[in-house]
Amino acid sequence: MANPKSAYSIPTKKGKLDTHIFVVWVDNEAGVLARVVGLFSGRGYNIESLAVAEVDATKNISRITIVTTGTPQVIDQIKLQLKKLVPVHKVADFKREDKKVIFKEMALLKVVGNKKKIEKSLKACKSFNPVILDKTKQSVVIQITALRREIDKMSKRLKPFGLTSTSRTGAIAMTRGSEVFK
Amino acid sequence: MSKLYSGAEIVFKCLEDQDVEFIFGYPGGAVLPIYDELKNHSSIKHILVRHEQGAGHAAEGYARSSGKPGVVLVTSGPGATNVVTALTDAYMDSVPLVCISGQVPTHLIGTDAFQECDTTGITRPCTKHNWLVKDVKDLTKVLHEAFKVATTGRPGPVLVDIPKDVQFAKTNYLKPKKENKIANKLHNKFTQNELDKLIDLISKAKKPVIYTGGGVINSGPKASETLREFVRLIGFPITSTLQGLGAFPGDDNQFIGMLGMHGTYEANNAMHDCDLLINIGARFDDRITGKIDEFSPKSKKVHIDIDPSSINKIIKVDLAIVGDVNEVLKSTIKKINKKQNGFKFSNKQSISKWWEQIQKWRTKDSLGYINSDKTIKPQYAVQRLYELTKTQDTFITTEVGQHQMWAAQHYKFNKPNRWMTSGGLGTMGYGLPAAVGVQIAHPDKLVIDIAGEASVLMTMQEMSTAVQYNLPIKIFVLNNQYMGMVRQWQELLHEKNYSESYSEALPDFVKLAEAYGCKGIKANNPEELDVKIKEMLDHDGPVIFDCQVDPNENCFPMIPSGKPHNQMILGPNDKKENKITGKGKALV
Repeated sequence: MANPKSAYSIPTKKGKLDTHIFVVWVDNEAGVLARVVGLFSGRGYNIESLAVAEVDATKNISRITIVTTGTPQVIDQIKLQLKKLVPVHKVADFKREDKKVIFKEMALLKVVGNKKKIEKSLKACKSFNPVILDKTKQSVVIQITALRREIDKMSKRLKPFGLTSTSRTGAIAMTRGSEVFK
Repeated sequence: MSKLYSGAEIVFKCLEDQDVEFIFGYPGGAVLPIYDELKNHSSIKHILVRHEQGAGHAAEGYARSSGKPGVVLVTSGPGATNVVTALTDAYMDSVPLVCISGQVPTHLIGTDAFQECDTTGITRPCTKHNWLVKDVKDLTKVLHEAFKVATTGRPGPVLVDIPKDVQFAKTNYLKPKKENKIANKLHNKFTQNELDKLIDLISKAKKPVIYTGGGVINSGPKASETLREFVRLIGFPITSTLQGLGAFPGDDNQFIGMLGMHGTYEANNAMHDCDLLINIGARFDDRITGKIDEFSPKSKKVHIDIDPSSINKIIKVDLAIVGDVNEVLKSTIKKINKKQNGFKFSNKQSISKWWEQIQKWRTKDSLGYINSDKTIKPQYAVQRLYELTKTQDTFITTEVGQHQMWAAQHYKFNKPNRWMTSGGLGTMGYGLPAAVGVQIAHPDKLVIDIAGEASVLMTMQEMSTAVQYNLPIKIFVLNNQYMGMVRQWQELLHEKNYSESYSEALPDFVKLAEAYGCKGIKANNPEELDVKIKEMLDHDGPVIFDCQVDPNENCFPMIPSGKPHNQMILGPNDKKENKITGKGKALV
């Protein structure tokens, strides 16, 4: 129990946490990312990963993808609070388990080692669309695209083969089929 | 080729187009071009404050009492940081403010120049939106959009940061074009179906209560009219938050007093026991709800609010109606009248038992206190002030603390926009500058700041503003020499360890008033109180009234934090009669 002497109420039951992916369409203007990120930090929401880039140069629209966790009530709040921001056009949110939505992250993996180790690394990456971006006698830079947990797994598996550095993006999302989110 | 205007001129052209009459501000290096332009615009009057926080609160007082946005003009750096408290206050209490701040020239931004600060960065979390205008061509559009954002939907403060070189730069002035970016995300989203559901709930309720908030006030004076019609039509008891006072007449029999931490026994018990709770323009603030999981456990809950993010934020509701209070209530009344002509009678009957229960709670007289003929009880002082001013159209502002709660409990408001208090942020020092702003908006009305001596010292310098502009504000200080609310918490929760809550070396308020060039009055005992209050009211000019009250008085009733509505601590009157229950004791 929290301190009963507080001038505030005591925190009570916590709901189940879900992971959600928010896709936010915003005006690409100065400070817009700070507004979105500031909303998360200011209200105590999590950001698990973040990806942002301009997607429509003529309309000046950027697309921000944020992976976050929270109780259903918090998820609802995040959505409503995001919609209140002036430069925000629309907000979509998806459960991570949602089968109708594709989520992908990209990672660049640098493996330093002998030929054998490099080959083993490449083989291990096989199912994640590996692209060799750079190769020398002692090293290779592999690009893979996969889910977050798959990349987590790959990082672990490649360690013994000489994985020296990992660089990865936040998740981005797209709905399946012809449907477009309005 | 049309005429070219400087950025400073454009600022004023926009203010003129927005029908701004008053600016509250303080000059400085980075806004000098705007101040230089002031002389050419006679329809706009500048009110020179003594501290930028005062400008912000004065603009809040102006906005809340007039319904128009308050405009603030400050310089860069310290000017902007000083106004942050007022912006945050306005954000929490949904007050429309447009703050224009000067900034160092664009080429110096980011170089730690003299009086530079990241104003838009600092004010981002405490404004609805803000802009840094780097190109004079954007200035017109931004300023008009600023007014629109501040005043539409749930109102709030905005800030426009204008670098000094932009104030000098020249461009065309274009009348504002219609923008629908904001318009399409706000306002009335309710359906007829939702109103039908509401009417159905109303007709079935046996123990209903209406709980109104500042949203009714923000919806305009018409909304208060509509609310009165609605409440009388359905005959339900109505309680109000601190910010909603005045929307429904405080002396009406259907009004059961303020609810929440220092609300009445009847209001809080009604909230706890009701079977239908209709929240109109309030936000389930933690001072209102008490313990969340024991909040109004048996009721169906309806929430009418213009801000969708207020809904289900704290309390899950059964029916949400997103829209402007006035619009929602008007449509509901229309529907009730059309649908069920006999409805009003039948329903009033089914809740008569509930009213009996409420009458029983009322007999507790939870706002009662033990009066004294030796020392002035603060509650008595507020009651006398009310009795002696109730025939006039009086505007009350307050600071924050015990005096604020006593004012809310004992001063009865019959009209909206007559009560200006800092509720969300709880800003000590709010009341005096707010009174300045209220008096500017209503030069012929009686404006009183019910203050505490600790709070009022935080912005005392604004007396100088009041004197400069001949504003006859009355500062009614309930002087108990303590930060009373802090002392009360320390008494109840921290074993009477009155750590730093006693102000030694308080000024002589009468002499202080005289030093500012206004009148000082001191009342020491209940006998002379009425005469002194009349003396204050009769004086045509600003007054500081030092009302020496009982320093040990506590503000009751009270819901201790973390407790539900039906576990209140009542005042000493009640303790004497009933002996405090075991449960009640444990709370203290």
